[in-house]
Amino acid sequence: MIRWLLMLLGGALLGGIVHIATVIILPRTATQDAYSRLSALVPVNKVTPLPEPQPGSAVMPLMDPAMATSICRYDLANGPLKITVPVSPAYTSVSFYTRTDVAYYAINDRAAGRRVIELDLMTQAQHDQMPEEENVTAADRLIVDSPTDTGLVAIRALAPEPGLMPKAQAAVDAATCAPAPQTDTGQ
Amino acid sequence: MRLLFGTLFTLLVAAAVGLGTTYYALTHGTAFGALHVGSWTAWPKTGTVDADPYARAEIARSGRLPIALGDGVSFTATTDDAGRPLDGRCDVELSGVTPQARFWTLTLYNNGELVSNSVHRHGFTSEEIVRRSDGSFTITVGPRASPGNWLPTGGIEHYELVLRFYDTAVGVATKAGRELPMPSVTTRSCQ
Repeated sequence: MIRWLLMLLGGALLGGIVHIATVIILPRTATQDAYSRLSALVPVNKVTPLPEPQPGSAVMPLMDPAMATSICRYDLANGPLKITVPVSPAYTSVSFYTRTDVAYYAINDRAAGRRVIELDLMTQAQHDQMPEEENVTAADRLIVDSPTDTGLVAIRALAPEPGLMPKAQAAVDAATCAPAPQTDTGQ
Repeated sequence: MRLLFGTLFTLLVAAAVGLGTTYYALTHGTAFGALHVGSWTAWPKTGTVDADPYARAEIARSGRLPIALGDGVSFTATTDDAGRPLDGRCDVELSGVTPQARFWTLTLYNNGELVSNSVHRHGFTSEEIVRRSDGSFTITVGPRASPGNWLPTGGIEHYELVLRFYDTAVGVATKAGRELPMPSVTTRSCQ
């Protein structure tokens, strides 16, 4: 009897380890996470508008139907990217996600304070390689450091009422995400 | 033989306990740093790089992209203020005011999916709501059309409400209390 109780206790302790291990490993092995779902629909380093969520058909769960959404699935292996997002009349935001769908940065139209939100997306290593003088002028440039080589940029615009959805859609459709032009250093 | 059975038994217990607790944790919202106001719950930290392992695992399992904290905060309600699960066959009243935000949206989901209904309305934005003179509002969530702000449920059994605040000061440091007024959720009558 004692023997079985001990084995039960041992099993429960081992179960604790299984629990911790599965929770930590899950994000790395998930095949139905947002990144995997979008990989099938969205090419790399190009802004692609997502279809509006409908009952029974949505790219991801819990999408806000009042928001028009475009996705740029990025890969920084070949150099930094430049992201430009025209601001829609109501509310526009740009959110950055790692390969495991963790949001690491977001900015909205008011925080950017311009008609067009312009961002340079690069890895920490690429940022470190930037010439010193460029970093000085960087005060005017918004540089986003990605913790991973790949990830997602979600560009969203709010349609305050359904009739304004085409305008919001047009704003996120006009966003771009493309390799940054080779910067001339002697400006 | 006894050793073999013993080992098998122990491993079975380990698998059942480990996987069972993981499943429970990821389906019942056990991430740390939850902000509870009435029947509303938010996890502001889930939209940041400080998201804990439970939040990360839940994000991966659900397949959603969480709202980044610099974008906004989302509150979810699955029950009314009395703890009764939200039932699409009942009239549920949302009443009160919201915390400060540039915009908010309210959306009705069934397990993360929109619910089909005859008028193709899945939610409201802050701009669409009819308010009283003091700025407060009432939204009736129910199966049949009602005057004022009506959010149809399509008559489904269970649903959840998600209230998203965009460009808001509500964040990781926010405490539940006077600075965080949320609409009350009350079940009025059932069919």
